[in-house]
Amino acid sequence: MPAEARTDVLVVGAGPAGLSAALAAAQSGAAVLLADLSPGPGGQIWRGATANDGGESGSLLREVQSQPNITLLYGAQVALTEMVPGTGRVVQFSGPHGPHRVVPEKIILATGATERFLPFPGWTLPGVVGAGGLQAMVKSGLDVRGARVLVAGSGPLLLAVATGLREHGAKVLAVAEQASLPQLLGFGLAAQRSGKAGEGARLLSSLRGVPYWPSTFPVRASGAGRLERVQLGGLVRRTLDCDWLAVGFGLVPDTRLAALFGCALEGDAVKVGAWQQTSQAGIYAAGELTGIGGVDKARLEGLMAGCAATGQVGRLRDLPTQLEHAHRFQASLSRSFAPRPPLQRLPEADTLVCRCEDVSHAALQTCTSWTEAKLQTRCGMGTCQGRVCGPATETLYGWTFAGVRPPLLPLPLSDLLEDSLKGDPL
Amino acid sequence: MPEALSLTVAGRSVQVPAGASVLAALQTAGVLTLRHSLNVNNPSVDNPSAGPRGALCGMGSCFECRALVDGVQVRTCLTPAHSGMTVTLLDGEDAR
Repeated sequence: MPAEARTDVLVVGAGPAGLSAALAAAQSGAAVLLADLSPGPGGQIWRGATANDGGESGSLLREVQSQPNITLLYGAQVALTEMVPGTGRVVQFSGPHGPHRVVPEKIILATGATERFLPFPGWTLPGVVGAGGLQAMVKSGLDVRGARVLVAGSGPLLLAVATGLREHGAKVLAVAEQASLPQLLGFGLAAQRSGKAGEGARLLSSLRGVPYWPSTFPVRASGAGRLERVQLGGLVRRTLDCDWLAVGFGLVPDTRLAALFGCALEGDAVKVGAWQQTSQAGIYAAGELTGIGGVDKARLEGLMAGCAATGQVGRLRDLPTQLEHAHRFQASLSRSFAPRPPLQRLPEADTLVCRCEDVSHAALQTCTSWTEAKLQTRCGMGTCQGRVCGPATETLYGWTFAGVRPPLLPLPLSDLLEDSLKGDPL
Repeated sequence: MPEALSLTVAGRSVQVPAGASVLAALQTAGVLTLRHSLNVNNPSVDNPSAGPRGALCGMGSCFECRALVDGVQVRTCLTPAHSGMTVTLLDGEDAR
């Protein structure tokens, strides 16, 4: 095994929550290792952020990068963890240069969220991507100038995605939001109370000329070998020719690593008590991982976790009140944009629900639980290990996804071998 | 103007800006189909759910963007492109 590096605080995830946690922890003098599976910091919302940027992302990055006691580890994902006698808890990353083992005193999990994908006929065609997914691809170099894009699904993310696509030269044909108008108005009022009216107004004004259709969702994507057109249903029923369908039905906390560590979940999020402490001693959680609530909540919880993990109790005094506001916004988000019943009727009998193992809706409808479905059909046993079909089956059939096992990603065998067995030329 | 990277993807030469992902290089080269489903449960050729697959999530979660970079399987959405890289599709896949 490669040598294990000890550190005071391991922060997993370098989005707004992880960056805030790492900075707060480092300010105590602690040695901090900040890791992310992406090639750089920012998570999803601040993807591609650099220290030269203006605004809060640039400022936070500059502060993190100027802390000598923060070590950055990018392109690395936790594969497994084990308790080693005489050493304690060892966390093994799968990184660009092979395995990397860390022995942390404290752990702060800030693994963020993934998009919820829901199946409908044709959703597996190339060209059908997530809403946040297309935004990520564009920020990573996809050229969408002149491309016709239909944005669909649910949540305020759709507006941010549509705006960003327009700025990159795409032709945004429309935004189809599955939530109803009364739900949207309710959310608008809540956003105003949370001080987000300005941000909302800016997004809406930058989307002048782009139709925004509530109670509307994709019912069929079609094309020869790739996406060519999308049929919409619900309130606005029409078919649009397009190059990309950017479709995501909200965000789901990415709890796999927390589950691997044995942290208790509450609903689909990691359960935290005072000061972001999870059910496992020495492990904290912050950001979207504890509930979808946006950047402000993430930064606040990151700050709290970083301070709590390093005993900086004085700094924690006034934070709980601010967190209350963030939690109200979080509650309003989940109320307003929860997937509505028509979405459960979208897949046809032969529509695939598990993409990795090619399991159809018809095959799954007769199962009564996630575990039964896995055993009967192999749903969730493919490469993504239920990251895509897990949330889909929760919405479609009411199951609860369970059974995270190591390794969390496919590993080369060499990552698991003792040094003495490696490297012998055969 | 960010310096352009030159690499080979699925047998085609492509240029992308510095900082772009290998997935962006594939997409820029017009290669959106990265694999074909095994289709074991859906033998109907008319089934639009069968067949070609491409990247979905853009953030390393769905694993649909897998390809070989200099022979090593990676998630291309998480892999920065470098000049001189050779990117090939998964075993048995050709860019069509």
